[in-house]
Amino acid sequence: MPVELKPKKTTVAYYQGCSLEQMASEFDVSTRVVCDALGVELVEIPDWSCCGSTPAHSYDPLLSAALSGRNLAIAEQQGFDVVMTPCPGCLKALKGALKVFKDPNKREAFLEILQMPFQGNIQAVSNLQLYFETIGTEAIRNRVTKPLTSLSIVPYYGCLISRPPDFMQFDDPENPISMDRILEALGASVPEFPFKTECCGATYGVTRNEIVGKLTGRILDMANRVGAQAIAVSCPLCQQNLDLRQAQVNRYWRRDFHMPVLYISQFMGLAFGVEPESLGIDKLFVEADSLLDILSREGERDQSVGGKMA
Amino acid sequence: MRIGVFVCQCGTNIAGTVDTEAVARRAMEYADVVYATSYVYTCSEPGQQEIQRRIKEMNLQGVVVAACSPRMHEPTFRRAVERAGLNRYMFEMANIREHVSWISTDKEANTRKAMELVHMAVAKLRFNQPLFSSKVPINKRVLIIGAGVAGIQAALDCSDGGLDVVLVEKNPSIGGKMAQLDKTFPTIDCSSCILGPKMVDISQKENVTLHACSEVESVSGYVGNFKVQIRKKATYVNWNACTGCGECVRKCPSRKAPDPFNEHLATARAINIPFPQAIPKKAAINRDYCLHFTKGKCGVCKKICPVNAIDYDMQDELVSEEVGAIIVATGFDLFDHSVYGEYGGGRYPDVISGLQYERILSASGPFGGHIRRPSNGREPRDIVFIACVGSRDASVGRPYCSGVCCMYIAKQAILTRDHLPDSNCYVFYMDIRSPGKNYDEFVRRAQEEYGVQYIRGRVGKIYPRGDRMVVQGADTLLGIQVEVEADLVVLATGVEASAGAGELAEKLRISYDQYGFYMESHPKLRPVETNTAGVFLAGACQGPKDIPASVAQGSAAAAKVQALFARDAIETDPQVALVNERTCVGCLKCIMVCPFGAIQSKTLRDGSIKAEVLASVCQGCGLCNATCPPKAIQLQHATDNQILAELNILCA
Ligand SMILES: Cc1cc2nc3c(=O)[nH]c(=O)nc-3n(C[C@H](O)[C@H](O)[C@H](O)COP(=O)(O)OP(=O)(O)OC[C@H]3O[C@@H](n4cnc5c(N)ncnc54)[C@H](O)[C@@H]3O)c2cc1C
Ligand code: SF4
Ligand code: SF4
Repeated sequence: MPVELKPKKTTVAYYQGCSLEQMASEFDVSTRVVCDALGVELVEIPDWSCCGSTPAHSYDPLLSAALSGRNLAIAEQQGFDVVMTPCPGCLKALKGALKVFKDPNKREAFLEILQMPFQGNIQAVSNLQLYFETIGTEAIRNRVTKPLTSLSIVPYYGCLISRPPDFMQFDDPENPISMDRILEALGASVPEFPFKTECCGATYGVTRNEIVGKLTGRILDMANRVGAQAIAVSCPLCQQNLDLRQAQVNRYWRRDFHMPVLYISQFMGLAFGVEPESLGIDKLFVEADSLLDILSREGERDQSVGGKMA
Repeated sequence: MRIGVFVCQCGTNIAGTVDTEAVARRAMEYADVVYATSYVYTCSEPGQQEIQRRIKEMNLQGVVVAACSPRMHEPTFRRAVERAGLNRYMFEMANIREHVSWISTDKEANTRKAMELVHMAVAKLRFNQPLFSSKVPINKRVLIIGAGVAGIQAALDCSDGGLDVVLVEKNPSIGGKMAQLDKTFPTIDCSSCILGPKMVDISQKENVTLHACSEVESVSGYVGNFKVQIRKKATYVNWNACTGCGECVRKCPSRKAPDPFNEHLATARAINIPFPQAIPKKAAINRDYCLHFTKGKCGVCKKICPVNAIDYDMQDELVSEEVGAIIVATGFDLFDHSVYGEYGGGRYPDVISGLQYERILSASGPFGGHIRRPSNGREPRDIVFIACVGSRDASVGRPYCSGVCCMYIAKQAILTRDHLPDSNCYVFYMDIRSPGKNYDEFVRRAQEEYGVQYIRGRVGKIYPRGDRMVVQGADTLLGIQVEVEADLVVLATGVEASAGAGELAEKLRISYDQYGFYMESHPKLRPVETNTAGVFLAGACQGPKDIPASVAQGSAAAAKVQALFARDAIETDPQVALVNERTCVGCLKCIMVCPFGAIQSKTLRDGSIKAEVLASVCQGCGLCNATCPPKAIQLQHATDNQILAELNILCA
């Protein structure tokens, strides 16, 4: 590995949240591997607790703020000024806590419940924000050893990553491009994808899965039409609807989609030369074997012409 | 001084909540008041006569009227006292209606406040001096900035009235947006057929001086006597020689220059004449694309030009014009729809603006009047129009209605069905705004005779599917989501203030609203005037407008100028600053604060420096008065003594 290309070490607090412990453990694993490769040290927040998720903030925003505030306060005590979380839901909760703290009418009640010292000098960012804004696509490109040159990948951002715009303060709300640029830096071709931010049905998967069947089906169909071989995501819920529920979608639409849906960090890992097993690729419901075959064939061809520059 | 006080009842407007009799009785106790009464309608003919009778009978030297706002009737009463032989400035008004009776129902408190206001007016009046205005001659030439249909109409009317007109247009040709339109609602007459003759008229009027490719650089002076610097931008073609033959355009090898007249649906040559009916019909070189300027070689146009008009060394030229009045008619610009990411943010070639579609429809347009898709040149079958793009949408900072788009998309849909009878036209709209004469009938024709399908609802997204566009929106009447596949999507892009409107306003010292539209002096009663005397407005620069309204305002502005010029001189307002040379120490701080450049320094014979006010430039803002350390500069009719007299009463 070309050590000299490693960017200088950055250390951030890491909030993985419950999804990444269970359903989306491959998002966690791959994020850690990729950050390590990019010279970012992730320090898990000690004794972190639930962010409150949808139930807490739909019951009482202050409850949600206090639950997430605890995690922020611990991270701040540890001396961090940035906490990164790959889960957009967790990010929303963490940012919500900061917003409540900054609201002079709510601060007192918030601190009263929190019962911990908290200055609010900490920032919550997503994994994409860390890759795109802090590390930058140039550093990512320099780290690539196995470019995804023969793959056509569309990024699917979902609803939360860049919205609402003044709350998330990241990327364009209608036409986000951070994942596009990262995928391009990995060498993939990235067709224009009009459904980047269309709704996947979110948690309706549990209560009314025909809605998810319909909406997710449109997204898969569009990915197919623009010639994508795979979809890149950065949200556990999006991944679940597009991957786990793909069989349901096929039943609903009477179609035969077979579209691997990988986390952006899994694509990054592959391009950085990490073994698929270490990225949890085997956990996908829609298998990515076809992609891996293409990549390994590509690798052999490169070898035969003398290898690619890292 | 002998002062008379008249407390108006204004019917029950004032007397309903103010004891006017009591106010009059109390007034008799104030210093110098020799007469006080309460009257039912003081502004009426008998009311004014009553004031005049009492002035004569009682030998009054000053009059206070306690009534409505001075904005309403101060001029009326000033004239009334003047007719009775008093100087018009020996009059004061106390506002006991807008400031008292209309804003509270507590009669006791109101009466007390009215008494105090009357007392203040009396106290001030005791320091009033007769003031006299002077006369300055009017330069009877008019400058018109912007030659769209509003500016053209104003110029023709002024010219017909015998005035010398200086017309400044920033583009190479006059005509404005109307010259780009195909047909016009609500009569579907051809835009260039009705505008063209007016444009030709402009070029043939002996008393109209046209500066095209020009902008106003600076403005100084005041009503009746403005001095204007105009920057004539270098066109690199000597327009005195150029015959507009177009030889150079045909031979120019640089073909990729932008073509703003065709709204960038086509490209132009580096040397270009914007359209066949252009006035003036002269060529101009776009430096950024000309090979002579970019590569240092070419010179084709210079060689080909039969009259030797090409001049690569031409420089911008500054010309000075002196005029007595200015009409601003700088029009509007189109909202940039690329902020709508959900509509593709300008990335889809088949999602176009309303003005681009006008060019597509136009026989002189990029496709010769055949409706084609910009992406592949094919004829579209399904065409969707979307209303209110950049209008009535606070999220993009445009909460106002653009006023013309409902009408122009109805027109464009009718024309589309005319050109392509097999096409399907859909209009997504919020409400239909068609209040003009014959306008609603026109929209109905689109729906009923031309079979245009109107869908009430917003469009949430436009995205490509294959080589067509899918328009996804709501039908709020049916309460369902709809998707329409289209070959072409026309956005009814709204109207916004023209680029650079703010800078021009600052040069002219006129106000503009938060969206950049120029402010009229009164939204109902003075729609053509600005708050700067001698500067008038016409057309869409004052707010979104269609052609009939723009033309009407152009004529109205011309009429205002002619009324102003009907006199040979104008009376200056004597309520201006005046320097007391004995106390002025020559620090000249007043010069620094005056926003109108109305103060200059002068040297007396003994060598001392004094400030001097140019009465005709001073706007009476009083900044100098507040700044002057020895209080040597005083605003007439609002001197320190007068204001202090009022304050003393208030604080007593
Ligand atoms: C797509 C579309 C279709 C329309 N169809 C119709 C229709 O069918 N019927 C109808 O009644 N109305 C229609 N309208 C409205 C019509 O275009 C306007 O009412 C009309 O153009 C307003 O005229 P104007 O002279 O005020 O402004 P403009 O036409 O904008 O003219 C202003 C002129 O001032 C010049 N200028 C700007 N700034 C300066 C400066 N600083 N110095 C010097 N010159 C300057 C500009 O170059 C321009 O020539 C339509 C509008 C649009 C957008
Ligand atoms: S000199 Fe410039 S404008 Fe003239 S023909 Fe050449 S490129 Fe065109
Ligand atoms: S005129 Fe019609 S389309 Fe235009 S802004 Fe007003 S309502 Fe919207």
